[in-house]
Amino acid sequence: MAENIISLKNISVSFDGETILDKLNLDIQDGTFVTLLGPSGCGKTTTLRIIGGFQEPDSGDVFFGKERINDLPPHKRQLNTVFQRYALFPHLNVYENIAFGMRIRKKSEAEVKAKVAEMLKLVSLEGFEKRRTSTLSGGQQQRVAIARALANDPKVLLLDEPLGALDLKLRKEMQVELKRIQSRLGITFIYVTHDQEEALSMSDTIVVMNHGVIQQIGSPTDIYNEPENGFVADFIGESNIVDGIMHADCDVAFCGARFACVDTGFAKDEEVDVVIRPEDIIVVPKEESDLRGTVTSVTFKGVHYEMYVNVPGEEEEWIIQSTVAQEEGKEIGMTVTPENIHIMKKYTGDYAGDEELE
Amino acid sequence: MKKDSWVASPFMVWVVIFTVIPLGMVCWYAFTDASGAFTFDNILKIGTYWTYLKDSLIMGAVATFFCLLLGYPLAYIMSRASWAAQQTMMMLLMLPQWMNFLLRTYAWMTLLENNGLINHLLGQLGIGPFHMINTKGAIILGMVYNFLPYMILPIYSVMEKIHSSLFEAANDLGADKLATLRRVVFPLSLPGVITGITMVFVPSVSTFVISKLLGGGNNMLIGDVIERLFVGAAPNYNVGAALSLVLMVLILISMAVMKKFDDGEETGGLMM
Repeated sequence: MAENIISLKNISVSFDGETILDKLNLDIQDGTFVTLLGPSGCGKTTTLRIIGGFQEPDSGDVFFGKERINDLPPHKRQLNTVFQRYALFPHLNVYENIAFGMRIRKKSEAEVKAKVAEMLKLVSLEGFEKRRTSTLSGGQQQRVAIARALANDPKVLLLDEPLGALDLKLRKEMQVELKRIQSRLGITFIYVTHDQEEALSMSDTIVVMNHGVIQQIGSPTDIYNEPENGFVADFIGESNIVDGIMHADCDVAFCGARFACVDTGFAKDEEVDVVIRPEDIIVVPKEESDLRGTVTSVTFKGVHYEMYVNVPGEEEEWIIQSTVAQEEGKEIGMTVTPENIHIMKKYTGDYAGDEELE
Repeated sequence: MKKDSWVASPFMVWVVIFTVIPLGMVCWYAFTDASGAFTFDNILKIGTYWTYLKDSLIMGAVATFFCLLLGYPLAYIMSRASWAAQQTMMMLLMLPQWMNFLLRTYAWMTLLENNGLINHLLGQLGIGPFHMINTKGAIILGMVYNFLPYMILPIYSVMEKIHSSLFEAANDLGADKLATLRRVVFPLSLPGVITGITMVFVPSVSTFVISKLLGGGNNMLIGDVIERLFVGAAPNYNVGAALSLVLMVLILISMAVMKKFDDGEETGGLMM
């Protein structure tokens, strides 16, 4: 198992009496692509800034390998950052931007030249040496920012929502590219985003955060398929989250219907959150299921239809994704296979999107 | 060119009446003698006044240098301060400017006099008295005092636009405070520095009030000479106009040199 390259121990930060990070503990393995994911105001950027040295925690320790680096200023840390708005130096051309760190470290001209060429190749910007940064597109500026950071051979690269300002198509391209660069260099990437799809497609490990507290750490498949609480389930993709009661192991009741599931270890008649992904719901004739509802809207989404279903007694409408469209106003039955019913302990916090801090 | 360029016409009229025509008159005077015949004699008279012109250029340069020395760090500190602190500093900087220019300069006279306030206070400490008034130093002090804001403001306004993320980026890439100042802040603030230098140098070189009040008549600058040629006991508009023209050309040349220096270094310095 790989060594931890970054460890955060009991990090707390508050600002104006508001808690940003609350006794956060996080170990990041060397050579992995780790994403800090959460809604704005969840503390993910603050966590990144603490690792980068731009912000001091009120309490707690930051370790780089085995060394405590709390008091080490950013310019002495073996990590580099790709900033949200690139922060390229407007008075320098592409070549000199990438060379900036090496110039500080007084590298020879030959060394600088070779490294800049290597970096430009890595980010597919050969021939852009003499260009002014202001003449580059957003995507190209982003690549320069990545090259500039990587030119210093950091052990860890921090990326603060680097794709946020790009359009969708470019963002997808850059996601693939970032992942390629990371696996090629084999260094640790710590990536901050609020975009769950971005996190799922690039990361080895996702750290889901809310209100300064880590909600779940796991691989993308774990996070998606086995969310630990309602917040994670809701934030990672769309979900139907309803109240349920565990009658016994593998036996749950919700919305007036009783289903077999695969979860065990809950107390008898414990109140739980039941999470069902919209794509896991199978539409059946209404006679075939106790879980019934009326279709209120149907939207074509390309790959599938998205339908909202009003289930009697439920405050929120159910969301279903299916390749077969139903008629609006039709009463349908719904069923779910046992392994697609996720039972979680009741989550008492608020859900994603309920508020926008920051 | 453009359809709505006519909106500039009031300004065009203004420019013609108050810039083009007067400038033409200055030229006309400069290249004619008392009888109205064309001549180069007035321009060639510059040799007679060379010492005054030289003194003006040197003292203007020295004053500009001190303004830069005082103004640059202050502009930097101001640009990085909190919004409230920035407002306060700006207020303190502008407050004296709202007082009359002559009054401010008169105030320095009373401060610098042989038995003025400064010598009086120094005397209490057993130092002095120093001869300060009517020296070149007093004139330079007057220039620095009066024109310092013109150095600070343009530099500040450029520095204030340098986004804090550039400081973090430099820091992240291994630059300490000094390296960041040298490699990021200074090159980006250069357009402000050029503007500041121009805005201090030009009025310093051509001033006659400061030299008259604080220089006491025996430290004449080219501005005083020109003033005398127009309103003195023996006026000579032709030579006065010629001197003005020479001074203007010299200032234009120095500005062009500065501009060239700026362009060579950077074009997009004002942008983030």
